[in-house]
Amino acid sequence: MSVLTFLIPIALGMGGLGLAVFFWAMRTGQFEDLDGAAQRILIDDEEQGS
Amino acid sequence: MNAPVALDADARTQVDSRFTVPGMRCAGCIAKIERGLSEMPGVTAARVNFSAKRVAVRHDPQIVDDDLLDALERLGFEAQPVAENPLAQDDADTRMLLRALAVAGFGMMNIMLLSVSVWSGAGGVTRELFHWLSALIALPVVAYAGRPFFASAAMALRYRRTNMDVPISIGVLLATALSLYETVTGGEHAYFDGAVMLLFFLLAGRALDAAMRGRTRAGIGALLGRMGRSASVLQSDGSTRRIDADKLQPGSLMLVAAGEALAADGVVEHGHSAVDNAMLTGESTPEAVAAGTTVHAGAINLLDPLHVRITAVAQDTAIAEIARLMDEAGQSRSRYVRIADRASRLYAPAVHLLAALAFVGWMIAGAGVYQSLVIAIAVLIITCPCAMGLAVPAAQVVASNALIRRGLLVKDGTALERLAEVDVALFDKTGTLTMGEPQADLGALGLQEKAIALGLAQTSRHPLSRAIVRAIGPGVVPARVRQVREVEGSGLTAMVDRMQVALVRPQQAQAGMASELVIDGKAYPIRFADPLRSDAADTLAQLDAMGIDCSILSGDSAPAVAAVAGHLGVGGKGGLGPADKLTLLEQLKDAEHRPLMVGDGLNDGPALAAAHASIAPGTASDASQQAADAVFIGGQLAPVALAVSVARRTMQIVRQNFVFAIGYNILAVPLALAGLVTPMIAAIAMSLSSVVVVANSLRLAGAAK
Repeated sequence: MSVLTFLIPIALGMGGLGLAVFFWAMRTGQFEDLDGAAQRILIDDEEQGS
Repeated sequence: MNAPVALDADARTQVDSRFTVPGMRCAGCIAKIERGLSEMPGVTAARVNFSAKRVAVRHDPQIVDDDLLDALERLGFEAQPVAENPLAQDDADTRMLLRALAVAGFGMMNIMLLSVSVWSGAGGVTRELFHWLSALIALPVVAYAGRPFFASAAMALRYRRTNMDVPISIGVLLATALSLYETVTGGEHAYFDGAVMLLFFLLAGRALDAAMRGRTRAGIGALLGRMGRSASVLQSDGSTRRIDADKLQPGSLMLVAAGEALAADGVVEHGHSAVDNAMLTGESTPEAVAAGTTVHAGAINLLDPLHVRITAVAQDTAIAEIARLMDEAGQSRSRYVRIADRASRLYAPAVHLLAALAFVGWMIAGAGVYQSLVIAIAVLIITCPCAMGLAVPAAQVVASNALIRRGLLVKDGTALERLAEVDVALFDKTGTLTMGEPQADLGALGLQEKAIALGLAQTSRHPLSRAIVRAIGPGVVPARVRQVREVEGSGLTAMVDRMQVALVRPQQAQAGMASELVIDGKAYPIRFADPLRSDAADTLAQLDAMGIDCSILSGDSAPAVAAVAGHLGVGGKGGLGPADKLTLLEQLKDAEHRPLMVGDGLNDGPALAAAHASIAPGTASDASQQAADAVFIGGQLAPVALAVSVARRTMQIVRQNFVFAIGYNILAVPLALAGLVTPMIAAIAMSLSSVVVVANSLRLAGAAK
């Protein structure tokens, strides 16, 4: 049973970490332009002069 | 990545501008716009949002919007400045729901983890510990994730009504309270998992609903233009100043540049030009104006600068009058009750009655207050409309995404519900059944003549010139024209290689729109027509096959309407003003019909707002697009028929979903009434019914094919 004293906090911590990452992603606008992100992968970096 | 968003030290002195660029379609456009703008001196960064078809530019305050618009035009994109962030409110709601969904998801997973071990037989101290842990997680999660439901339920109760959120809130709060009591007293069953899972599934439904609204609004927002929101006003010292439309004063003199939209009604004081009244009347033929002519807000000045003495502003303009009609007409639509709320009006009292009966029944049977209460709450939890919360939005989101791919943006779920119910369709003619812009017939021109025509036409903003440019296309190199002169009401003259060339109105008057290309005295006729959309007849036939009676309501002259109506084999009425269309619609509604209005002009606005459901083409005036339930893009009329058939199919699926959701309740309720529902049975039943409902809704993905 003592294993639970480790495992439960670890499980909760990992869940909480996921939640924190999701909140961070929302705040920094990672979901603002989903279609754009899909298109941008096709842009050629070479041409970019600046 | 390849997004140049560099913020340097003097970022504070920079300003941000936003533009909507409806024309971007691919990765190449993103790269072109971002690189092109970033290369401009004074521009720090440009960032494209492809989903919203917008570009945000960070630049020196010295650069004004017009410079950036010019730059975008040189890159080949038509753009319009947009206000700070008109969609911020909707965005905030969607974000709030997504955050609540994430919190509920986190809580659900962890509580499930603990619950599974309780179900599989953990007893004694371990069970109590797990219940306490569940309570610690569940209480903040319910408090945070439940807010949207509690707020909406409280609002409904304050007005002595009930909506879907009332039984949800009661169920969740009672389940949490009971579980807390069980935990404190060391009881056997805690329903924290059920309460949090319920919130998670319901939030998923709400978030889907909000995401659908956000996506289509962004699409429509990208189409909306700037219609005379400000004007250059001549000051007493001779300089001009830009003033917002709502701050203009009657009596002042405004300067209207070529290509600019009028911001107020007025009388032309000085200058000759032609104005495009398509916004107001829906007719595309430009009207010549000179000193003394009355012009209306929303008209676009096509040729030369005009001085206009303002006679009416803001609330008093002809446009505002139509807007007021639209406002009043739209009132009736807000009385529409969504199908989910109609269902809950029957459902909520039935569920509450059932729970109360369970309590009374077990009391009479001598079970004791505590056990009777537990059973009553189990009934509430098991009947909580978890799958019902998903039944409507899941189907509507899948359907609207399928429609977006076919070029139809449906604004929200109620629009789909109302579209499914229509039984009469009314079409505007110009711009709706027809393309709304003249198409040039260049049959009489050879390659050399086309080059000269293109050279001439591209110097002018006149609609007929633009039609010629469109018809010739990009394959022809324009001839070099010199000494171009544009004479209002007549045409263009210029020199090509010492030859006198002209693009003018024909010598003999003839039916329809026409002009003439004159090269060194020899005339080549160019005829214009506003053709019907290629699939107009097919679409009307499809609607007819669905049992929808079609007819035409137009502001155009009666003979012109009769000709089109005869060609398409439907009824038609011509010469109707905005108020006449509105009256006809009201008559139809009084006769228990549910009319669908399809129109584009501002004159259709009130009818669009009053109709049971309405659709506007993407070329329609801003106000019409805002009044309509759905907007279709492109040269085809087919999305109109598609919208109705998909909407009907969606409602069929929604009804099936309700049958599934309620069917599961009918199976589970006897168990709950008998006092046999454990938290595990509640959890399994809830997730199974939700999965079935979502899977059933996904069948709509192919509905628009």
